[in-house]
Parts: sequence; structure tokens; C-alpha cells
Amino acid sequence: MTQTTLPPVKKTEPVSAPKRGLSDRSRSERKLGWLLAGPAFVVMLAVTAYPILQAVYESLFSYRLTDPANREFTGLTNYWVILTDPIWWQAIWVTVFITVVTVAVELVLGFGLAMVMAKALSSIRPVVRAAILIPYAVITVVSAFAWQFAFDINTGFVNSWFAWIPGVTADTDWFGDRWQSLLVICLAEIWKTTPFISLLLLAGLAQVPEVLQEAAKVDGATWWQRLWRVTIPNMKAAIMVALLFRSLDAFRVFDSIFIMTGGANGTESVSFLAYRQTIARLEIGLGSAVSVLLFLVVVLIAFTFIKAFKVDLASTRGE
Amino acid sequence: MPNAPGRKRQKKRAAGAAASLVAVAALSACGGDSGDDSTLTWYTNPDAGGQAEIASRCTEEADGAYRIETAQLPRESSQQREQLIRRLAAEDDSIDLISLDPPYIPEFAEAGFLAPVPEDVAERVTEGVVQSAIDGSTWDGEIVAVPFWANTQLLWYKESVAEAAGLDMDEPVTWQQLVEAAEAQDTQIAAQGIRAEALTVWINALIEGAGGSIIEETAEDPEDIVLGLESEAAVEAAEAMRSVATVGGPAFSTAGEDANVVDFEEGDAAFMVNWPFVWGRALDAVEAGTLDASVPEDYGWARYPRTVEGEESRPPYGGINLGVGAFSRNTDLAYEAAECIVSQENQTYYFLTNGNPASLASVFDDPEVLEVFPQAPLIRESLEAAAPRPQTVYYSEVSGALQRVYHPASSVDPGTTGEEAAELIRAVLRGEELL
Repeated sequence: MTQTTLPPVKKTEPVSAPKRGLSDRSRSERKLGWLLAGPAFVVMLAVTAYPILQAVYESLFSYRLTDPANREFTGLTNYWVILTDPIWWQAIWVTVFITVVTVAVELVLGFGLAMVMAKALSSIRPVVRAAILIPYAVITVVSAFAWQFAFDINTGFVNSWFAWIPGVTADTDWFGDRWQSLLVICLAEIWKTTPFISLLLLAGLAQVPEVLQEAAKVDGATWWQRLWRVTIPNMKAAIMVALLFRSLDAFRVFDSIFIMTGGANGTESVSFLAYRQTIARLEIGLGSAVSVLLFLVVVLIAFTFIKAFKVDLASTRGE
Repeated sequence: MPNAPGRKRQKKRAAGAAASLVAVAALSACGGDSGDDSTLTWYTNPDAGGQAEIASRCTEEADGAYRIETAQLPRESSQQREQLIRRLAAEDDSIDLISLDPPYIPEFAEAGFLAPVPEDVAERVTEGVVQSAIDGSTWDGEIVAVPFWANTQLLWYKESVAEAAGLDMDEPVTWQQLVEAAEAQDTQIAAQGIRAEALTVWINALIEGAGGSIIEETAEDPEDIVLGLESEAAVEAAEAMRSVATVGGPAFSTAGEDANVVDFEEGDAAFMVNWPFVWGRALDAVEAGTLDASVPEDYGWARYPRTVEGEESRPPYGGINLGVGAFSRNTDLAYEAAECIVSQENQTYYFLTNGNPASLASVFDDPEVLEVFPQAPLIRESLEAAAPRPQTVYYSEVSGALQRVYHPASSVDPGTTGEEAAELIRAVLRGEELL
């Protein structure tokens, strides 16, 4: 069976539009568009572009917040210090690990939840949706504390409830070991953000035309075949957007690590490293350089998704 | 529509009014000035409400000369420092009085964030104060903060277990003796193995107890700081640390003071080094019915364990000293208020109600204090012998590097860990490595 997708819908041009130049109406629409989006655009420039540019500038200095008199231009030295330090590479690998594990699990789980939300009986649908979305409404720091308390050797219930799992005993110190800490951190992240992915996938699921499903059914396709040949290909754009957004988000993981381990046992992420240099050590130059590198990695991830996987952000809007 | 232009104008006016309201609200929020010029803001560390009560007592006593308002800082001392430094670096003039953790005082003083202490005030606030609290308020040979309350750790033990182990607790004990007793009695030692400031406190006490120092000689240029982490004392300290980790229980690498006290109360650990709050906590728990009265009855206390036999122990020094913000508009009033806050009466009140020991030696002779805190004479003795953590502008880096290398305590290698930590600190101070 071949994949079944709808042919792309041709864009329809306004009938009155002249071949060259814009009509008065579209010109005024464009102007209105700028007027409506303009303030938001200016605010975005002020709150994102300006700090980013300032961080790039600060990263070229040796500058300690408590000692502004000895601020000194050092060029790219900060970048050299960071890129030659094993701590940086360890933080990168930890962050990549958390990103890959959480996003992969969240995608599968989120897809399942989206199917449940889509197929749930209309009478219980609002309740199911609300229940699934609750973790996403919880503040990350609060969720991190909740997971920490659950796994804590003194106050937690996990050790006594799950003692039947091999390796779990009353004396298991989840935050005393690198891989166990990372496991709990990943679990907390997955619990917290799976609803986000499922919500995006639900939107994609709603775009799969029912007519194709029915045609496939008539052709004798099984549920599994319909899932792989009809549903998933038709929601590729939604899946890619969900993956992109979650990967960017996951790569900036900070709160759970800060609360649960404080970076102990090699669980530091790149954001945590930036925090430690900038806020704890007050080395604004070095910290800014870490932040700039983090920003570049995030840009790289976004670029890779958009170019390599051909994510078309516009297509999710049905354009 | 005949009235359309009028409506438009109305709308515009309404929008203008709304915008100016927002602007006014934003500006007044920026000012953060809730009272007149005689209102002082005191940034306090979280406690059981004692500092807020002292603030209102002093306000009353001032009879209108000033009014103290409190603002609470984060729970962790490192986060208190982060918040205060960022605000002071921005020259925040709403910071009048600050409850400061002593190891951060040199950094604040050197950066010019503390208003100079007038000579007469310095004289008055150091009179009759325990030595460690004076040291903790001093930087570069000058008093830069007002000693408020002084804390130290004691060795807490279960009398029944110590007796069964045959330990004579009237005599000074070493860490090694405790480890042997814990092994023999199949119990644990509770100490702060967590990767946090508490670990630095422990490392410092161990090294000082062996006659060494983390920083042997401080210097203005970070590259000239002489570290004592490769000394014989540091090796002895690392040995003690590693052997305690073997009887520290399954969660030793994540245990801080609060987790320690839970282990001690529940009976998992029969020996513990911790601050005196554990006594008040146990009594409160008995009163609340959550702890059996027999538990604190079995509590014993002694001087902090010795790192090496024959060498006096140097217990940790903590507590809070008061700084006056350099950008405060009321430094004179703030120092007046600080003197009121640290009065003998208020320190006694604070000790009795919040369990935080005084920096004034005379408070320890108060009969009421002696009745509630039978450990008071020992606390005073420990405070006189206590060793402050390294006094340096770069304390945060030094402490962070120590925590990275000495954690977990079970992985400490007496032969190499000290050297590794020293190398890391030097590289970090030279700006060649991340932390």
C-alpha cells in the first residue's frame, strides 16, 4: 500500500489583485498588519535582540561584577577557555542526553495521549484533556521539588512503593549517583512536558482528513497500516514542529537540575554552567560567552530541523 | 455617526490616561520606596520570625526616629549572596541593613558594598563579643560589619550508644574514634556530605583541626593566594573525611544539616556534627507529639571532634553579621538601628526563641538561656575556638572548587584530592577554567 496524502491545495489569489503592484486594499491590509504586529516586534527586539547583542559584547571582556574597574578586553579568550574545558563538553553531553531521551519518550507518549484525546467519548473528552494537561500547568520548579521529595531517601515514597523492582531498595539514594539522578531528572521533564507535545500532535491529528481513513479502511488496511501510511504521513508537519519546539526547550533544561542535584555527580547542563559562571561566580564575561555558545547551539538545532528535516512552520497553519 | 470624532477623542484620552497610569505605577514600583526617609529596610535571612520581632522592638524603642521594615532573602546562603550582590552592584539604595553570612563579608567589603563602620560604633559593637564573631566581621584589619549572632557546630551523640561503645565523652574524641565506635555499634555518623556550602564548612573544620588552613596567605591578586590544600594537615583532613564517609549511611553524598538531624532523630545515626538548632527542634517535636520524649533525653553533646589526636579541634563558625548598604540614604540611622538589633536583650531573645546563639559572651551566662540550652557553656567555648572559613574576596570560587573536588566524600583520595583541588582553584582564579 502506498502512502496516502492529499494533494497540496493551490493558493488562490484575490481576483481583484492586479498582476503587478498591490491593490489599495492589500496595501492597507499590509499597513494594518504592520501596525498590529509592530509594537510586538519592537518589544521583541528590546527584550531579546538587545540582551543577545549585549551578551555577545560582554563575552569579549574579562569582567567581574564586583570589580568593574578591572574590566579588560580579552577578545575570544573566554571562548577558548570554555571550548578547551572538559566541563563544557561534559555539560554538552549531559544536555544532549537529556534532550534526546526526553524528546523521544515524550513523542511516543504524547502521540498516544493525543490519540486518546482525539478518540475519547465526547462526553468525557473535556475531562480527559484537562487531566492530561495538568502537569503542563505546574511550574517547573514546583514539579522538580515534587519529584525530588518523591525520590528522596528520607521523605520519598518511591523506595518503599517500588521495592519490588530489582535494584530499588529502602537505601537507594537516587540523587547520589549520576545515572540515577539523570533518570529522575528525565522522568520529571517527561511528566511535565508530554502534555505540550500531545497538544501539538492533537492539532496535527485533527488535520488528517477522515475521508482518507475511510478510503484506507475500504481498501482493507489494518489499524496499524492506517496509522503508518495515512495518519503519520499526513501529520508530519505537526510532528516536526512538536519535535523542534520540544528539542529547543529541552536543550535549555535548568530548573529540574538546579532543584534536584544542584549539578552534583556530573549532572550539570549547559544552562546550569552559564548560571554558575554568571550568577554564582559573577564572571559576566565568561558567563556571557557560555550563554552565547548555548544560543548558537540552539540556533543550530532550529536550523537543522528546518533545513534538514524540511519543517515547514507555515504548513501547520494550513497555508 | 455624528458623535464619532468626540468618541475618538474620548478613547484617545482614556488610552493616554491608562498609559500614564501604567507609567506612574511602573516608576513607583522601580523606586521601591514605601515609606519616608526614616524607614530602614532590613534584608533578613529566613528564620522563625525572630528578626522581624527584633525589627519591631527596635522601631518601638526608636520612638519615631526610624522604622525598620524587613525583607526576606532566599533560604540558601549562596542565593542570599547572589541576590544581594546583583542589587548592590546596581547601587540599590533601598538596602539599608543586611543579614550577611560571614564568609561573604570580604567580597562585599572589597567591592565597596558596605558603608564604613564609624569608629565609635565599631568599638561598642565588638565589646564583649566572642573572638570568632569579631574575626568574621573583620576584613583587611578593619571592622566592616556588626557581629549579630554566632553559630558553631557541636558533636551530638546518643548517650546510650556512646556508653555501649565505651567512649569517654568527657574527654575530647577524634573522628577516628567515632568511626570505630560507629562500626562496632553498627550505626552511622551524620555529617554534611552534600555538595553544598555545608561541605566546605566541614572541609574547613577538618583542615583547621589538623593545624592547617585552606588559604594560608591571602593576597589582593588572586594569583598570589597561597593555598594550604597540599599540606600534611589537608592530607589528615582528607583521611578523616573518607573514613567518615564509610559509616555515613547510604545517602551520605546528598545529606545536609536537615537530613542529618532526621537520621539522628530516627536513630539511624548515633553521632552527628550539627548546629545547635537540633536541640530546639527536638524539644519542639516532643511538644508537638511527633517525637518520643525519650529521644532528646538520650541526646549528649560534646566539643567538635578532633581531626588528629593531641590537636585541639577547630569547630565551624557561622551565624549572621549585620552590614549597612553602601548606597543607603540613611547610613547613620542604619548603624543606630544595628546597635539596637545586636543589644544584649535582643540577642538573648533571639537565642531563646529562635535557637540562634549570641555573639555576646555575656548572653551565655543568662540563667534563662542556661535553662533552655544546657549546651550554652559548650557553645561559648566552641565559639571562642572556632575557625572561620577562608577569608577572601574569591570565597565563592574557592568554596565551589572544593565542593567539586571533594564530592562525594567517599571518592576522596588523601594522596591526590588536595592537590587536585588546589590546581582547580588556581586555574579558576587565573580565569583558565570553568567552575
